[in-house]
Amino acid sequence: MTSANTDSGTASSGLRESATFDRATIHEIQRAAETGVYDIRGWGAKRAVPHFDDLLLLGASMSRYPLEGYRERCDTDVVLGDRHAKFPLHLQIPVTIAGMSFGALSAQAKEALGRGASEVGTSTTTGDGGMTAEERGQSKHLVYQYLPSRYGMNPDDLRRADAIEIVLGQGAKPGGGGMLLGQKITERVAGMRTLPVGVDQRSACRHPDWTGPDDLEIKIRELREITDWEKPIYVKVGATRTYFDVALAVKSGADVVVVDGMQGGTAATQEVFIEHVGIPTLAAIPQAVQALQELGMHRKVQLIVSGGVRNGADLAKCLALGADAVSIGTAALIALGDNSPRFAEEYRALGSEAGFYDDYQDGRDPAGITTQDPELSARLDPVLGGRRLANLLRVMTMEAQTLARACGKAHVHNLEPEDLVALTIEAAAMARVPLAGTSWIPGRPSRDGDRW
Amino acid sequence: MTPTDPQPTTDRRAERTTKVVDLASSSVRELNQALHESSSTGGESSAVEWVITNPQGEHAIACGLTEPVHVRIEGHVGYYCAGMNQRAHVEVRGNAGVGLAENMMSGRVDVSGDASQSAGATGHGGLLVINGNAAARCGISMKGIDIVVGGNVGHMSAFMAQAGRLVICGDAGDALGDSLYEAHLYVRGTVKSLGADCVAKPMRAHHHTELADLLSRAAMAYSTAEFTRYGSARSLYNFHVDNAY
Repeated sequence: MTSANTDSGTASSGLRESATFDRATIHEIQRAAETGVYDIRGWGAKRAVPHFDDLLLLGASMSRYPLEGYRERCDTDVVLGDRHAKFPLHLQIPVTIAGMSFGALSAQAKEALGRGASEVGTSTTTGDGGMTAEERGQSKHLVYQYLPSRYGMNPDDLRRADAIEIVLGQGAKPGGGGMLLGQKITERVAGMRTLPVGVDQRSACRHPDWTGPDDLEIKIRELREITDWEKPIYVKVGATRTYFDVALAVKSGADVVVVDGMQGGTAATQEVFIEHVGIPTLAAIPQAVQALQELGMHRKVQLIVSGGVRNGADLAKCLALGADAVSIGTAALIALGDNSPRFAEEYRALGSEAGFYDDYQDGRDPAGITTQDPELSARLDPVLGGRRLANLLRVMTMEAQTLARACGKAHVHNLEPEDLVALTIEAAAMARVPLAGTSWIPGRPSRDGDRW
Repeated sequence: MTPTDPQPTTDRRAERTTKVVDLASSSVRELNQALHESSSTGGESSAVEWVITNPQGEHAIACGLTEPVHVRIEGHVGYYCAGMNQRAHVEVRGNAGVGLAENMMSGRVDVSGDASQSAGATGHGGLLVINGNAAARCGISMKGIDIVVGGNVGHMSAFMAQAGRLVICGDAGDALGDSLYEAHLYVRGTVKSLGADCVAKPMRAHHHTELADLLSRAAMAYSTAEFTRYGSARSLYNFHVDNAY
């Protein structure tokens, strides 16, 4: 945690904190010197980067015609994967639950995610380690992740899934594998992953049996063959060289492309990786949309965006920039009860605070979510957790509908870049929308007269 | 799909019904759909032998099988032949491309010739026999599969192999067994180099028994005394700065 130098007892006594060597940096240097090991943690990037809060929506007044809130219809459904699959997913809301592994999360948490998603007609996603009975049982729509490690990879589960997501990268660590430390590798987790109990679980950073987009095309065909061309195939990339990655995913035959920005969460990886690799979600969306548009595939190959999406405003802005849906991970965990003040004392005993807890790798989560400890995980009631998640998903959707109606849209997908302006030059450049009050999009010639 | 031989014939030696599919006139999609539908009917599937002619290096031939059918492919196959096999016996009379029998769960796959890279990748069970050579990353991330290679294997074979047995009757390339977990590796010839955390280990009685059984099932006539066993030193099992690579 970085503290400002205006904290009581510092500024008043004339002490000045260094912007370069702030207290968090000093602490990390001291920790590194003491342990000789880099910091591994969960959560996603904590540093401030241009984000959806740097965008504003332009509600209608005269030049645009708004729809009546609460009365006029504003639809939210989305069809994913209708390019090749016999059975595309038809979701009621454009918010899905991102892939999170059993192992990283408790079985109760996975079940709660399935319950919450199903209640509002959307999908949840497996993660590294395979499919659990709990999540399949409770998820009306379940996306099965096909990961480099192939832990627990089972063709029967491929057939049991409603869609298959080939994971090439994750926003929190593009190019990196996983590091689930041994303390979370219980008998059940180890059994699913064919590993000895207590051994650090290293997830590979690259797929074992293909090496490039030409191979991926053949791999996708194999997956389609095995599942008789029934399931949509998603390809998920961590946001870095997004334009090229999306274009190659489309070329490889993806039905849906998932782009996960650098604010995306993780169960455990190096802090230096989380904070210093990848590009902000905001910057990735226009690149992805550009690739899809240039290939004539925008809205034909659907785009799901994830990485730091928190509320209906973020959702509306993602859709306006050209996404078809968003995925939430960290926000979903918070809805279940992650970092709840209810456990404030226990967080403190672990050297953290409610609102700051990110040591998912330790497996001692007081909220029972990012743990395999049976006593701790029993604290999470999957029914109650599911209801809380469903509430969040409903609120996000209603918020996006409210904003869309204000922009005159009868479907949230009708939001468009023209509905957006940016508060900062950085956000304007990344999102490719005008700086508020101007017609200026950095990097592009200004429009004549600058009248809007 | 319509097999090119619409009149099933009976192989008197094996008492099996034979169905022939010519990939010069049928598509891989049609073949796989027919194989899957045949599997789903169950019952008599093991009494049927499928013969695939003119495979022409096509990809994903006979992948996703779930029942104990016998599929004989007369010629060379492309990527992911017999991928994710369950219970079937797939025989390739030729060479195989990348990812042969990848993620096999059970059953058996035999290749008379050579296999390209990542043969048996992430396989959970069953037996893969490659009579010729295998290229790089043979048995990568294997999770319980048994692989017997009559010839040599390329570099990074058994990379991150977790469980199962890899038998190499010829030589191994660079970085054999890099980041190995609990898989057993047996090499008859030379090893160009060992990967991180992979070490030679003594052959105990049960290793000779295990290896003899694999060689017998693969019809490889070698003495187990000719082999060296390799396994994990387990120094990378829990992350520590002193053994980081």
